[in-house]
Amino acid sequence: MSRIGEMFEAKRKTGNAKPSFMPYVCCGDPSQEFTLRLVETLVSSGASAIEFGIPFSDPIADGKTIQAASARSLAAGMTPAKAVETIALLRRRGVGVPIIAMTYYNIIFANGTEKFLKSLKAAGADGLIVPDVPIEESGELRKKCAQAGIEMVQLITPNCPDARISRIAASSGGFLYAVSVLGITGARDKVAPEALDLVKRAKKLTSLPIAVGFGISKPEHANALAQAGADGVIVGSEIVNLYTNAKNGEEALAEIAAFAKSMSGK
Amino acid sequence: MQRYFGKYGGQFVPETLIPALGELEAAYAKYSKDAAFQKEFEYYLKNYAGRETPLYFAERLTKNAGGAKIYLKREDLLHTGAHKINNAIGQILLAKKMGKKRIIAETGAGQHGVATAAAAALFGMECEVYMGKVDVERQAPNVFRMKLLGAKVNTVVSGSQTLKDAVNDALRDYTANFKDTHYLLGSALGPHPYPTMVRDFQSVIGKEARAQIIEAEGRLPDYLVACVGGGSNSIGLFYPFLDTKCKMVGVEAGGDGKRHAARLTGDGRLGILHGMMSYLLEDENGQIKETHSVSAGLDYAGVGPEHAKLHEDKRVQYVSILDSEALAAFHLLSSQEGIIPALESSHAVAHALKIAKSAPKDEAIIVNLSGRGDKDVDHVRRVEGGAL
Repeated sequence: MSRIGEMFEAKRKTGNAKPSFMPYVCCGDPSQEFTLRLVETLVSSGASAIEFGIPFSDPIADGKTIQAASARSLAAGMTPAKAVETIALLRRRGVGVPIIAMTYYNIIFANGTEKFLKSLKAAGADGLIVPDVPIEESGELRKKCAQAGIEMVQLITPNCPDARISRIAASSGGFLYAVSVLGITGARDKVAPEALDLVKRAKKLTSLPIAVGFGISKPEHANALAQAGADGVIVGSEIVNLYTNAKNGEEALAEIAAFAKSMSGK
Repeated sequence: MQRYFGKYGGQFVPETLIPALGELEAAYAKYSKDAAFQKEFEYYLKNYAGRETPLYFAERLTKNAGGAKIYLKREDLLHTGAHKINNAIGQILLAKKMGKKRIIAETGAGQHGVATAAAAALFGMECEVYMGKVDVERQAPNVFRMKLLGAKVNTVVSGSQTLKDAVNDALRDYTANFKDTHYLLGSALGPHPYPTMVRDFQSVIGKEARAQIIEAEGRLPDYLVACVGGGSNSIGLFYPFLDTKCKMVGVEAGGDGKRHAARLTGDGRLGILHGMMSYLLEDENGQIKETHSVSAGLDYAGVGPEHAKLHEDKRVQYVSILDSEALAAFHLLSSQEGIIPALESSHAVAHALKIAKSAPKDEAIIVNLSGRGDKDVDHVRRVEGGAL
């Protein structure tokens, strides 16, 4: 079983009602060293998996927070190769949770799809999320992910009809990423009713674990989604907000540790 | 409907947009074959936009070049000053049929923004235009025009703060608001069905030109020349001639030689941006590069997918023209014919002059004069040192 599969299986066995906390980090914002410490902090504070963002210059699925994080990271010199190297460094430092890379298709394509996927796998990544590759365009990438031993996680959205959710689930690896809103990433006050509906519908249509992302920023959100049946929650913008608003790196990591514990129940 | 032109095109967008694009494709498939819709489109093209536009024989310019006859397809005479209004009217009629209440658009130089704002005013629809901060500053008169027409202009401060970033923000808005909003994309690029739909709405240029040149010369032209930013005015001219043997030339922005926007003739690579697989200007890591051209309308890192295919098939020849050559053509057409062309169109004029010089006198060239240069006069004055 893959590392992602084992993670969800272990959670199921413990009967923990809280969805697995799967934070997103934007690699290299504002430095590689901070990303390494951020991931270690998140994992020691209860994160079950890491969604590992590799920045792209034109992130169309992202709101202002992640856009700004990506821009800072690129300005500081982050590259796809260095991001892959960062994953390898995390593994060397003992980070054992699943790492799911998230980036846009052009980054993968421009760096040679097969070569890039192979390097991700060699570095210790388990999965891949590509928000601008819907299933109609995913054939080639899915095949190459399978060859490289990387699970390609597909996304579903509240406006997906049931039949389409089933089709997407059939081609998704690891888990299904349920986008909670019609829109882009960014912290929001409440979980939309359509997100709860989406999770409930998806649970009936697939046996894959469901992780919910976009707009999730509070333990209450996780609790509401847990009741609907969500297996995991992905939090990105809120973490970026916490460290960009902090006075310094140490304070940022302390706040993030507290936040991660509140999300994961650790 | 075909999603690809060979290996170019597709729908590389977030899942949320797939149903929205599906709805758009279905509506377009239906109304593109609907006689009443086409009649309404033609009505507004004629009575509002001012079609048909003349195919004008530029006699003095021809004499100046000393070779083949140069004809200008006068899209610059259209309402709002460029070919952009053709597509804006077509899409807004479609948006109305789809029951959309709100129109969003991206703009670089501001021509598409102005055309969209005008069409939205005409049909009483709410309109918001995304425009990069750099472009807002260098095209201030167009910002004011859009506001006069009732549009809200959103200044985009992300990325390079130019056209590509305006497209990003328009796509983000569309992702969140597609239920009541139509994204009126201004060029033959982006995810399917935009490249096909925009080409079709712009094909009126080539259809008219074909009939007009036969009337003027009794035969088809030897060359068609048009500038290529995203590629809508050029595909609009070329498409109705694809079944002929006419030589076609697409002119990219060669910039200052070092910094440019030459995707097909420069160091463009195959990649994915704004929902399409096409040629892009990017760095070695796959990050999209900032482009440069004296004309904001050609200053774009990608190119429409049908152009990528026509390039691969060698059906259209692509060349580039430097800022300095475009500026020289801008002056020449102004002084020889009393027509101030847009800087974008000046690139096409510059290349047509090169062809005309070496081609025999009995050959004919059609140049798409895609827009007028009123918007550029201040910019040209600044670029050339500011003296009046």
